[in-house]
Amino acid sequence: MKKLLLASTALALSAGIATAQEVKMGVLLGYTGPIEDITPYMADSAELAMSEISDSGMFLGGATITPVRADSTCVDSSAAQAAAERLISSDGIVAMVGADCSGVTMAVLQNVAMSAGVPMISPSATSPAFTTTESNGMFFRTAPSDARQGVILADIVMERGFDTVALTHTNNDYGSGFATAFAEAYTAAGGTITTTVPHEEAKGDYSAEVGTLAAAGGDALIILGYTDGGGSVLRTAYELGAFDQFFMGDGMYGDALIANTGEALEGTVGTIPWAQGDGADAFTAVAEAAGVRADSSYTRESYDAAAILALAAQAAGEATPAGIAANVLNVANAPGEPILPGELAKGLEILANGGEIDYVGATNVELVGPGEAAGSFREYIVDGGEYTTVKFH
Amino acid sequence: MEFLNALVTLSNFMLVPALAYGSQLALGALGITLIYSILRFAHFAHGDTMALGTAAVIGGTFFLQGQGIGIAPLPTALLAVPFGVLVMVGYLLAADRLVYRYYRRVRAKPMIFVMASLGVMFVTNGITRLFMGVGETRFEDGERFVFSVREFRAFTGLAEGLALRNAQAITIVTALIVMIVLFWFLTRTRAGKSMRAYSDNEDLALLSGINPERVVTITWVITAILLVLAGTLYGLDKGFRAFNYFQLLLPMFAAAILGGLGSPIGAIVGAYVVAFAEMGVTFAWRRVAGYLLPEGFEPSGMVQLLPVDYKFAVTFMILVIVLLFRPTGIFKGRVL
Repeated sequence: MKKLLLASTALALSAGIATAQEVKMGVLLGYTGPIEDITPYMADSAELAMSEISDSGMFLGGATITPVRADSTCVDSSAAQAAAERLISSDGIVAMVGADCSGVTMAVLQNVAMSAGVPMISPSATSPAFTTTESNGMFFRTAPSDARQGVILADIVMERGFDTVALTHTNNDYGSGFATAFAEAYTAAGGTITTTVPHEEAKGDYSAEVGTLAAAGGDALIILGYTDGGGSVLRTAYELGAFDQFFMGDGMYGDALIANTGEALEGTVGTIPWAQGDGADAFTAVAEAAGVRADSSYTRESYDAAAILALAAQAAGEATPAGIAANVLNVANAPGEPILPGELAKGLEILANGGEIDYVGATNVELVGPGEAAGSFREYIVDGGEYTTVKFH
Repeated sequence: MEFLNALVTLSNFMLVPALAYGSQLALGALGITLIYSILRFAHFAHGDTMALGTAAVIGGTFFLQGQGIGIAPLPTALLAVPFGVLVMVGYLLAADRLVYRYYRRVRAKPMIFVMASLGVMFVTNGITRLFMGVGETRFEDGERFVFSVREFRAFTGLAEGLALRNAQAITIVTALIVMIVLFWFLTRTRAGKSMRAYSDNEDLALLSGINPERVVTITWVITAILLVLAGTLYGLDKGFRAFNYFQLLLPMFAAAILGGLGSPIGAIVGAYVVAFAEMGVTFAWRRVAGYLLPEGFEPSGMVQLLPVDYKFAVTFMILVIVLLFRPTGIFKGRVL
């Protein structure tokens, strides 16, 4: 009996040690819902950075990071909040990558993350609202704001000679924030928006929305939404002969859109946050070596988000929410040694020795205070059923 | 020319979609009205059984496509409809044996029937999602258009275009055929007459030797045919998504009540009124008005009564107004 007690105490102790070396981080993304076709690649990329950190053996004296996935659903705020609550209270995460869509991200930030004091880095929440929202230093993002994307898209539309357009956006924070940014820049540049019609996701029939847009008229239709609803609007508008030329934002980008809309999509021009240069190339190499798909939306941003969280923990010397939150800006921005994807071990070593790093990452990360990131956009055109790069902005 | 352009653009954006939508509602509302007049309860599970029936048809369609069997240019789903009907006849009869028959035997109040059908609705709802998930499934194949906007413009030389999709044409034609057959069945055949007799006066019908269980069975079989057709046509037209079928419940009931519960002709008229009201009230008339009004009088606004998001509100309003001012509906049906 005594032996048994002793053995079980030893077991319990060793188990305790094992958990002390295991740091949990949440990956809160919409595995179901309107952007479910891109989130698996985003999560893979984030977990790629975490396993790179774990494998280096230099993270907080040999600790490992265990990713915990939870579903943000992209559209259902209460489900996303419940998932975030579970990550924090039941799984005990110290920080999270996520959420993805702006609406649920704002809900998780204001109702869960801020009160629990857990920092979050969103790879894809692009609503301009985050720049001005007070987050107590708990919110960061690696994707640039739609305030800039709106301006760039407006420039592209004007440049191509369309000065009268109709506008439709998905009816949430992302869609309306993006639409406002676009409309401001477009009208300032001398364009006319005939009407703005919000649309809901997951409806069967969009002919009424398209009918309204067609009644207002315009040379082109701007769709700021997701693959699902926005794609159906595009298809319906093309089939009813309401519009022939379409422009779209980052939420629509994906292979599913090409599969669903076919010839209607030909000639469509759009924007998406995209990086080029050494960091992006390094990421592609790292991802391909690990069998992770790099060539999808927000994979680079996801990798960077996870890497920054881990590096911040290393800089703090402890994997605690407060420590990570306080050090995110330090590791992400200059001064310091520039760190590219695949060089995370080097970054960890410098930090362990008390040095400073400037995490460049896959997207040339430059965090402009809490809640805002600088970044570049890719202009693409759909040509022969494929997204073709026009240029970078 | 101006008038033609106005008519074409109105047809393209409102009349054709509303006609197709109305036909789909009509088939659904017919089933509801039939169950109400014969089994005497409001069948809340109608939308979800429609979804399950469509799921069965989709399963059949995928199987046929896998075998390389098709009837291009028509969609393969039409071939799979009999299979879907068979599955749903089985399902509805099983539901009747397991749930409704007991309440019929104890002569339960209609409200208890309604609650029982609500339970069946949740179960059906779950089964459908188990097989199909919550996402969208497209199962339309064959030709997509009878004629497209671009073909129409090139052919007529008009500025406005009109598209007629295969699914819309099939919907309208099928609905018409089904309605004719149903009326022939109800008025000309022995089984149809016994159903109407049972509906008019249950006791008298029993006295004259009509077998009630037989009438009930026939009713479920007809309902199964109607709802599988309605669901398949809706899915071909707009894509299958389980939740959208559940949402159809409101306009279908509004149609049946507006027409007069228990009246088949009322269900059809009600369905088209609901469909055209939903589309018409939320339609932006600006372009049509621009063609029709004399030069210089073109409206600058959208000439739209309600934004498109209020489609369901229109149905609700119809329902409330009918229940307040004419609870028996247009064709003097029963009161719910």
